[in-house]
Amino acid sequence: MKRVIICALLAALAAVTGAAQAADYVIDSKGAHATIQFRIKHLGYSWLTGRFNRFDGQFSYDENNPSASKITVNIDPASIDSNHAERDKHLRGKDFLDVNKFPRATFVSTAYEEQAGGKATLRGELTLHGVTRPISIDVEHIGHGPDPWGGYRRGFAGSTQLTLKDFGINYDLGPASREVELFLSIEGIRKP
Amino acid sequence: MQWRNSNTRWGWMAILLHWLTAGVVIGLFLLGDWMVELTYYDPWYKTAPWLHKSSGVLLFVLTVARLLWRSGTPSPAPLASHTPLERRAASTVHHLLYLLLVAVMLSGYLISSADGRGIEVFGWFEVPATLHGIAQQEEIAGTIHRLLTYTLIAVALLHALAALKHHFFDKDRTLKRMLGL
Repeated sequence: MKRVIICALLAALAAVTGAAQAADYVIDSKGAHATIQFRIKHLGYSWLTGRFNRFDGQFSYDENNPSASKITVNIDPASIDSNHAERDKHLRGKDFLDVNKFPRATFVSTAYEEQAGGKATLRGELTLHGVTRPISIDVEHIGHGPDPWGGYRRGFAGSTQLTLKDFGINYDLGPASREVELFLSIEGIRKP
Repeated sequence: MQWRNSNTRWGWMAILLHWLTAGVVIGLFLLGDWMVELTYYDPWYKTAPWLHKSSGVLLFVLTVARLLWRSGTPSPAPLASHTPLERRAASTVHHLLYLLLVAVMLSGYLISSADGRGIEVFGWFEVPATLHGIAQQEEIAGTIHRLLTYTLIAVALLHALAALKHHFFDKDRTLKRMLGL
């Protein structure tokens, strides 16, 4: 009986310390230390940039076992902002994001492979415009440590490229504008 | 024909403003309905909305002038053959048309000026944005603009059918009066 209790205690301790190592973070969208930006070629002559203003998410990261890292991000596609109301209205409409029909976009990671020099590859499923597809994001681990206000933060930058047609967005913006690049800047605050 | 209204006739100013408005409203409706479906590489992709917005602002100016004119010059009395119900219905529809016209133009203005940009009118001048930055303003104003426009066209159609009814069935002077005949 005694042995059983000790084993249970040890298992509980292992679970607790394990959980402490694989820390969970909430993306600091509240404090806007996170950004989801996109850019797409305009006619092939310049870059048009914009962003999604509303999103949230969390991730877990374990320094001893980085490949167990996970991230989930929920994006409100209606919050698209390209600094032009008429264009944003068009982008929210049925030609592009069709936000009334597809009010949510999500990214859920499936694998994380760290390479040397703080680089990594993050794989996961992106749901956009009602279509779920695997994508791969090039990640850079920017830094981590205590913040001046008693918290602990960790941040990454990521970039990837999507083909609009893959996600069922078929509006013709011209041959130079079939892909959109995404830039993600993600800072997480460690959960207490 | 005189330019001011009399007790029995519309003056040519009121007639001109009426038919000009009718023409521009129908034109803007068709233009608006067509332009929202244009593809990105269509030569009209930028020109059509520019025409729509410019003409809309000018129609607003015209409508304000028309309302001032209407308040400053007496409208001719209804024809003696019109029943009390017809008079009430006609008056209600006329007021509704003015109300819808103004609301449609204001909602259109609120779409294009939602981010604080002004509206350029044929490159002649720019109407600055006033009310802007409301959350989802362009979406809300857009929906209102579309629904009110359909309502305006439906009420205008009713108005036109009533005029034709007076002309062909009652054989009175209602439509002729608005044609200056």
